Amino acid sequence: MRDTVSFTLNGEMVSVQNPDPTLTLLNWLRQTRSLTGTKEGCAEGDCGACTVVIGSPDAPEDLPPWRAVNACIAFLPTLDGKTVITVEGLAQNGKLHPVQQALIEHHGSQCGFCTPGFVMSLYAHYRNEGVVDDETLNDVLAGNLCRCTGYAPIIRAARAMYDYPKVEDILLASATDSEMLCLTMTDTLSGTEKQYFAPHNMSELAIIYAKHPDAVILAGSTDVGLWVTKQKKVLKVLIDIGRVEGFANIEKTENGLMIGAGASYAAAHETLEEMYPSLGELIRRIGSTQIRNAGTMGGNIANGSPIGDMPPPLIALGAELILRRGDNTRRIALESFFLEYGKQDIASGEFVETIFVPNPVPAGRFAVYKVSKRFDQDISALCGAFSLQLDGHKVAAIRIAFGGMAGIPARAKNAEAALLGQDWNETNLRKAMMALGDDFTPLSDMRASAEYRLQCAQNLLLKFWLSDDAPYLAKEVRHG
Amino acid sequence: MDKHASGPRHDSAHKHVTGEAIYIDDMPLLPGLLHLQPGLSTRAHARIISLDLEAVRAAPGVVCVLTHNDIPAVNDVSPTGSGDDPVFAQGTVVYAGQAIFVVAATNLAAARHAAALARVEYEDLPAILTIADAREAKSNLEDAQVMGNGDAKAAINTAPHQLSGHLRVGGQDHFYLETQAAQCVPGEDNDLTLYSSTQHPSEVQHLIAHILGRSSHDITVQVRRMGGAFGGKETQAALIAAMTALVSHKTGHPARLVLDRDDDMVLTGKRHDFEIDYKCGFDDAGRLAGIAFDMASRCGCSMDLSAAINDRAMFHMDNTYYLNTAQILSHRFQTNTVSNTAFRGFGGPQGMIAIERVMDDIALYLGKDPLEIRTTNLYGGEGRDFTPYGQRVTDNVAPELMNELAQNANYEKRRSEVRTFNANNQYIRRGIALTPVKFGISFTTTFLNQAGALVHVYTDGSVHLNHGGTEMGQGLNTKIAQIVAEEFQIDHTCVKITATDTDKVPNTSATAASSGTDLNGMAAQRAAQTIKSRLAAFAAGKAGCAIEDVIFAGGRVIADDKDWSFPALVKEAYLARISLSSTGFYKTPDINYKRKTHSGRPFYYYAYGAAISEVEIDTLTGESRILRVDILHDVGKSLNPALDIGQIEGGFVQGAGWLTSEELVFDKAGILQTHAPSTYKIPAYSDRPPVFNVALYGRGENTEDTIHRSKAVGEPPFMLAISVFSALTDAVASVGDYKTLPDLHAPATPEHILHAIHSLEAGEK
Repeated sequence: MRDTVSFTLNGEMVSVQNPDPTLTLLNWLRQTRSLTGTKEGCAEGDCGACTVVIGSPDAPEDLPPWRAVNACIAFLPTLDGKTVITVEGLAQNGKLHPVQQALIEHHGSQCGFCTPGFVMSLYAHYRNEGVVDDETLNDVLAGNLCRCTGYAPIIRAARAMYDYPKVEDILLASATDSEMLCLTMTDTLSGTEKQYFAPHNMSELAIIYAKHPDAVILAGSTDVGLWVTKQKKVLKVLIDIGRVEGFANIEKTENGLMIGAGASYAAAHETLEEMYPSLGELIRRIGSTQIRNAGTMGGNIANGSPIGDMPPPLIALGAELILRRGDNTRRIALESFFLEYGKQDIASGEFVETIFVPNPVPAGRFAVYKVSKRFDQDISALCGAFSLQLDGHKVAAIRIAFGGMAGIPARAKNAEAALLGQDWNETNLRKAMMALGDDFTPLSDMRASAEYRLQCAQNLLLKFWLSDDAPYLAKEVRHG
Repeated sequence: MDKHASGPRHDSAHKHVTGEAIYIDDMPLLPGLLHLQPGLSTRAHARIISLDLEAVRAAPGVVCVLTHNDIPAVNDVSPTGSGDDPVFAQGTVVYAGQAIFVVAATNLAAARHAAALARVEYEDLPAILTIADAREAKSNLEDAQVMGNGDAKAAINTAPHQLSGHLRVGGQDHFYLETQAAQCVPGEDNDLTLYSSTQHPSEVQHLIAHILGRSSHDITVQVRRMGGAFGGKETQAALIAAMTALVSHKTGHPARLVLDRDDDMVLTGKRHDFEIDYKCGFDDAGRLAGIAFDMASRCGCSMDLSAAINDRAMFHMDNTYYLNTAQILSHRFQTNTVSNTAFRGFGGPQGMIAIERVMDDIALYLGKDPLEIRTTNLYGGEGRDFTPYGQRVTDNVAPELMNELAQNANYEKRRSEVRTFNANNQYIRRGIALTPVKFGISFTTTFLNQAGALVHVYTDGSVHLNHGGTEMGQGLNTKIAQIVAEEFQIDHTCVKITATDTDKVPNTSATAASSGTDLNGMAAQRAAQTIKSRLAAFAAGKAGCAIEDVIFAGGRVIADDKDWSFPALVKEAYLARISLSSTGFYKTPDINYKRKTHSGRPFYYYAYGAAISEVEIDTLTGESRILRVDILHDVGKSLNPALDIGQIEGGFVQGAGWLTSEELVFDKAGILQTHAPSTYKIPAYSDRPPVFNVALYGRGENTEDTIHRSKAVGEPPFMLAISVFSALTDAVASVGDYKTLPDLHAPATPEHILHAIHSLEAGEK
């Protein structure tokens, strides 16, 4: 057991003994290290002003080694063993990094407050030798808000970033094999004793969680981070699953994909996109690059949110969960995991271990649509997913699931019933659209009214029916 | 290098990209620095029955907790002396988010932890939240204002055609990336130095003296840069600075307050939302004979700048169009919501979008191209050059600018392609629109149109410059350094501008109304000219030639057969005891305006521009997106094309956000529901127009004697984004076969667009 967090910061090894487990990287950088180039714009992972770059020596080979993440919601202990680079680390011997040079020469900054974040997002992409076409850059920079420039000079700079002379780059620190990190400290403000564990394998995790069933499981901290920064919760026991071996594995099996709950969206993206292109497009629009680099597939399900974007498509596809408690595992349909708002079928000390996503079925069709006020990096007003199997003209199987329409992500059973065994035609489709009104009584909130949600849900069903013919606005014009 | 990158770059660009640029929260931590957190009201309108701060005071790290009882002199930071902007609520709260107290603690976490421990008991009072509520309750901040010329009613009624309509226009949060921030450092005699993220250092200075009962000379305010402002730090910064000053005054410690994003969004003011009704009469060609506007805005709980903002909305109801006879009635409603404030355009956008709506309405009614209606109604021609407030439009370039843009961007051809596309697509529709902008330049409060500057030339020839303007990203310091360098004919990098400071240039106006360069540039030029004329006289004396024959060029000074480098001449002049420092002062000439009658010449000149936006909508979900934007904008003779284009691109996208994805949602209790970027959606990277052609109007030249014949550029481009709203209107109108004006309101969120589509499909309007 070890109580010191160690990582490299801008090439220099640093060790922090027994930090507050929920101290954010941003606050540590700014307050303890006086590295104020990294900014706080929102403290919720939405604006990207705090973007830093993390190198993981033990990252899976098929993933780029450098990840842009939001320092405002990353807890310091989760960086143990990593390579951390901030905006202060880029210029070498007084020579600016090409990304910085490009931004200067293309007038890419005005007020300059968001600029370090843009620099770091582009830097990660540069280090990963990413391409600089417009479509790719839309993803790379979706998580960085700028209020001054209208982004136009930033894209001009990004396109040109490889045109400038290279500088020496900070290298990836080598992986260190070490004991489990366990932290204990007393919070000075609340007087609470806080604990943090970073188990190395599944059985360690199972043992610790069984011992601390009230612990908060920490994965990418894209949600838990906000409990601390926004809701001011004091988290007594944290179990960081980031270092659990195999927890982020993605394995192709005969019947489908086994996705470790700890796999990030970024890690699962490509494989899922190959199986279900529409799902790939959805994942592309979840959060931002920074969020997808940190947030996990399991976290998006386990937090039980009614507006998480993964559950509707996975429910429609008939995905299953493997839950684990101690040495015991059980397998349930994903749709039965969500019981009611804030309540899931998960016992004390039990955790989501694996998500099973079945292979596409023959003559099957699948689509998922996300609707939000803003195209990129927004939480869905609603998300509708449709999985259809035709037998000739007849509907042999149909699964329709929505997020944002009820307290939990849920299937539209009445709409499905209106279609099952019927001809796949507009008349029946319109009946199913009407039946959706019996499936859901959505709420009105700041994202959309109940009326809009229902109308739009009905229209998404129509859109699915039109599917191959009807252009999907977003896809067509964004990628056209 | 692309064609846009001409002009000296922002003087802080290097520091922006390396993270070295210092914002308030990046300043080194002084010994004893206290961190502040305000406690905010959770009710829109309520009496405070009891305020229990014991637990707050007892919390770890807390040094003091201040309420209105701790204000030495006056509990008010209202910018216009209206006395209705208390630092801390006193007895009643008038909006949800209002500050009630502030905690100062040894660290930020302790301050925030402690603030949450307050126990406030409220007795709710009836709350007026919306424009409709306020209209019903006759809750006016000031008398309704009337502007106009002639009998509009008669002109409308006798015209061949009449139309009437209604438009709702939402507010907007500034969402500067750096939240409101200030730091106060006490000095000798308990004088205070404030580092404030403010557009208006002089006002912060004066208001802090006011609340403390001190003199202005006891207070110094410095602004190096802001991380964005957009009007949001014109008056709103004073409240934040005031809290730090109160804590420093009380404790003798330095104090820092940097607002949390959510607190910033609920505590500080935003763009006014408006509701506008119109009636108009016009002929078969669509030319207006008369128009009447009845507009109402939600000002929030206090006056702030609402009078001037609503006035500016009235001034821009004409935009580029001759209204013939017009009557503009403007209601300024007081509500139990945060006090709305300055925001880029300052009411102008809300006025302008209304007349553009009228143009779209007439076009659909007559079955004509909206551009034809717009062109028909432009200022110009015999007797068609007076605004409703009586100013003569003498610099009108709108007709030729619009024509040039339409030609260059193939408006006509693309419009017909849009129609063809719509005929062939049932669910995805496109729209296109060209809208112009004419924006009045000058503070309409005439006395504000003044500025000062201070120039020092040191004996090594380097130049130090201060002026009254503040740097918020717009590149003001770069432009003014260029202006001074131009006078001395030295490289602009030899001119250094440091923080704006009330002890260098006093009694400044806010950097607002797009006037930063116009006013401060002139003042700086005059200061430089004073020194230059001294140097010229000195050089002439040395060479025995006339002063007029001394030439400053290329870093050298030439007088007859004598020739100095600039530093060499400066050095000699110093030894000859020539003063190398000067102030400069400028006031805008020729403007006069009588608010009582809303008539006169409030504006020195107008800035013009036009944009064509092409958009696409999904009629099943209401989602939209911009496909292409072409802009031609008049900045006069540009001082710095790169910076000017930056303002145009940035202003446009910010305007597009206002009209599409940015929606402020208050719940029924008056609590803002969209108070963070997770719920309030400003344009993100992929929302920029994928094709975005921005050009400066080549023949642009200010007809008035402005600094190097340039024009102001901060605000005008914001309103180019009205073309997006008109294009969306065009796209939705296709669903009704272009027969009916869609019931579309701003912001055109997917929900509002879908509503407009459904209304058309249902045959309603």
